[in-house]
Amino acid sequence: MTELLQQVINGLSMGAIYALIALGYTMVYGVLRFINFAHSDVFMLGAFVAYYTARAFGRWGFVMGGYLGGIAILLLSMTACAVVGIVIERLAYRPLRRRSTLTVLITAIGVSLLLQNGGQLVFGVNPKAFPDIFPSSTLNLGGLVINSNQLVVLGVAIALLSALHWIVQHTRIGTAMRAVSFNATAASLVGIDTNRIISFTFGMGSALAGAGGVLYAMNYPSIEPLMGNSPGLKAFIAAVLGGIGSLPGAALGGMLLGFVETGVSGTRWSTFRDAIAFAILIGILLFRPAGLLGRNRVEKV
Amino acid sequence: MPSWLNRSQLLLMATLAVVGIAQSLSGRLDSYILSVAMGVGINIILASSLNLINGFTGQFSLGHAGFMAVGAYTAAVLTGRLAPQWSPLFGGQVFLLFPAALIVGGIVAALAGALVGAPSLRLKGDYLAIVTLGFGEIIKVIFQNLEFVGGAKGLNGIPDYSNLLWVFGTAAITVYTVWALLNSSYGRGFLAVADDEIAAEAMGLNTTRYKMVAFVVGAFFAGIAGGLFAHLNNSINPSGFDFNKSIEIVVMVILGGMGRHIGVILAAILLTVLTEMLREFGDYRMVIYSVLLILLMLTRPQGLFIWPTRKAARRQNA
Amino acid sequence: MNKTGLQLQQVTIRFGGLTAVSQVSAEIHPGELAGLIGPNGAGKTTVFNLITGVYAPTEGNITFGGAPLAGLKPFEITSRGIARTFQNIRLFGSLSVFDNVRVAFHLHLKQGVFPSLARGPSFHREERQLAEQTRQLLDIFQLDRVRDEPAKSLPYGDQRRLEIVRALATQPQLLLLDEPAAGMNPAEKVELMKLIQFIQDRYKLAILLVEHDMKVVMGICQRIHVLEYGRKIAEGTPSEVRENPAVISAYLGQQPDAAPVQS
Repeated sequence: MTELLQQVINGLSMGAIYALIALGYTMVYGVLRFINFAHSDVFMLGAFVAYYTARAFGRWGFVMGGYLGGIAILLLSMTACAVVGIVIERLAYRPLRRRSTLTVLITAIGVSLLLQNGGQLVFGVNPKAFPDIFPSSTLNLGGLVINSNQLVVLGVAIALLSALHWIVQHTRIGTAMRAVSFNATAASLVGIDTNRIISFTFGMGSALAGAGGVLYAMNYPSIEPLMGNSPGLKAFIAAVLGGIGSLPGAALGGMLLGFVETGVSGTRWSTFRDAIAFAILIGILLFRPAGLLGRNRVEKV
Repeated sequence: MPSWLNRSQLLLMATLAVVGIAQSLSGRLDSYILSVAMGVGINIILASSLNLINGFTGQFSLGHAGFMAVGAYTAAVLTGRLAPQWSPLFGGQVFLLFPAALIVGGIVAALAGALVGAPSLRLKGDYLAIVTLGFGEIIKVIFQNLEFVGGAKGLNGIPDYSNLLWVFGTAAITVYTVWALLNSSYGRGFLAVADDEIAAEAMGLNTTRYKMVAFVVGAFFAGIAGGLFAHLNNSINPSGFDFNKSIEIVVMVILGGMGRHIGVILAAILLTVLTEMLREFGDYRMVIYSVLLILLMLTRPQGLFIWPTRKAARRQNA
Repeated sequence: MNKTGLQLQQVTIRFGGLTAVSQVSAEIHPGELAGLIGPNGAGKTTVFNLITGVYAPTEGNITFGGAPLAGLKPFEITSRGIARTFQNIRLFGSLSVFDNVRVAFHLHLKQGVFPSLARGPSFHREERQLAEQTRQLLDIFQLDRVRDEPAKSLPYGDQRRLEIVRALATQPQLLLLDEPAAGMNPAEKVELMKLIQFIQDRYKLAILLVEHDMKVVMGICQRIHVLEYGRKIAEGTPSEVRENPAVISAYLGQQPDAAPVQS
């Protein structure tokens, strides 16, 4: 029983991080219909921004270790990532708006390679120990071991998901986002500035990825420029699993994947973890080609 | 009446003859140049075979490196670990044993292609891309967990059987195969499937079968390329056949102009040589490579080499 | 040519809660030129999609030449002798006009992967034969002069015509034309009517025509089936259908409170 609860908690905190990253994939796919391969590297940047901010804070004698400090670092990281995301879209993707998806996809791969290799040059290749930006303690509840960081991860993720939900469902710009995602041409015909919406979407998605990066680094306390690859791929799987383009789908897919991974980790199949994630994805796509919560687009004949 | 069709076969023979002569002179060549040249040849095989799937048939596959891995491991095991059992069948002659190992590697890769193709071909566009990517990664993970072939460390001490003759001979055969397949009434069906699957089906084309043929033939040659690669590098490990390797091949196909025979060959040559030339920039190599890639996509998204005859870019699944 | 033609027996299809086609029965006789009409959203194209295997009926049977079509894939149905065109033209845009037609001869092709690679004498013989057949067909329909153009670069009217020619290349016994007159001016429509009659005359095949334009349908069809809200409301010769009160009210006197139809 304790064992199971432990797994649930581990799965939840892992899944929450995947969900945050997956949302960015799915949001961008919603408005632009392409897979933003550079997303996982924005996630990496989020972790590095937090790392350097935390060090700077320490040097300038800011109070470290408090929750307020942690939240400040998190917000800074998210802002930086949002800016990076918007700049990437502006410079690399916008000029290709009328080109085939494939062209944009390859460009995204180029951007991803640039961030990874540029990161290796700037940050160095070696892993860096990530500092405790939130007060860290371990709670022991009758054999159930919970790291306070896991609770922070869950709390932050829930707060961000609620904020996102509110923005998308209840604000003007959120409505515009949904309109662009539903039909970009029609949206621009009714006077929606699609470019502005796309920028906004990239900003939000990248901010979420940045937050995901910080939270991930807190739980796996070392960071390096290629750290985005594996969680990025997982989050991408999560997005497709849930139905790419669907926000609840991305959250669900992320959680599901988090559980599966922690479930597999303890067993002798742990080395097959990545393969199992993909196998589940493939299995689900074969029965529900549009993912769990995705709309099935029937081609009109 | 010697038609242009027969000329293509003559051209294939001539290429093979030239390669044979080059091989006999290769002792005088610098070994570095020789290995780069073979790298070029292997990439031509990979890019041309993926071009059949991605470019001509319009099925976006991101798992080509997986098929390459299957061929590489199969051939390496045959010439290494299983050689004592096998070799006598060929009188211990490398020039018989090696091609046999390559072909078996190709066949096993083709089987993997059929295995991947069968379920995935119901999917389209991005979904197909992610599923093929997934299969590629699964293949990698399986090799990582097979102690028999060295697990994550991979296989070492693979004999260096690859030479100009095998590499460029195979490259010529690959290019010929893809070309000949496309240039027939039957082969126009691949292009029809890429253009409009529903219409193709309505005209009586078994679209699933076409896609399957593209996957199996593509995987077969990727497998052979893998075998050549293994016997050029003398060592292989699973992470060498990851997603990034697949992407590298996709980039060649796209820069070559998706569904152009010559363009894709030129792109394979250019990118291989470029990567080599960038080596002297050390740490900056990949940064320069990625910047170039972005700039090329921004300025020449239709591919680097444009021919006046087929200006029509292949329609993509949006 | 088989004797029984195409039969629809009580065919129904539902998409979720929506019944797009309900209990439709109809028979298209060999060699007949039939029309399928009805207001927007009556389910005409859906009937085509049911016949050609794009959708499977929820209930009912479709047979062709006495054999059931249930469970066959679209390409298998084409090989049984049913060919179609599409409401929104679906040519192989990047292929040449010549290749569009050549590919459609595929059904009757013996070659495959290995002959394409070996390119022996029989391969070349077949290619020559096919090129000749394609050329003849293009010639008959005056498309020979644009044979090397990519299909998507043709003017609209030529694209419509090419789509019909491509369907003919599959050598069908029944040809389904989905709104071939859409987007044409009156002069082009007259040309089209001649063309359809010419095809029926020359190739002795049955044609089922979905059409909006009453003039076209009334002008050439021998028998007309009328759909409204997915149900068949009438069948008969043009003059019978014209006088049928149900048809008149479907086209002219729709009740103001009638439910909006799905698009």
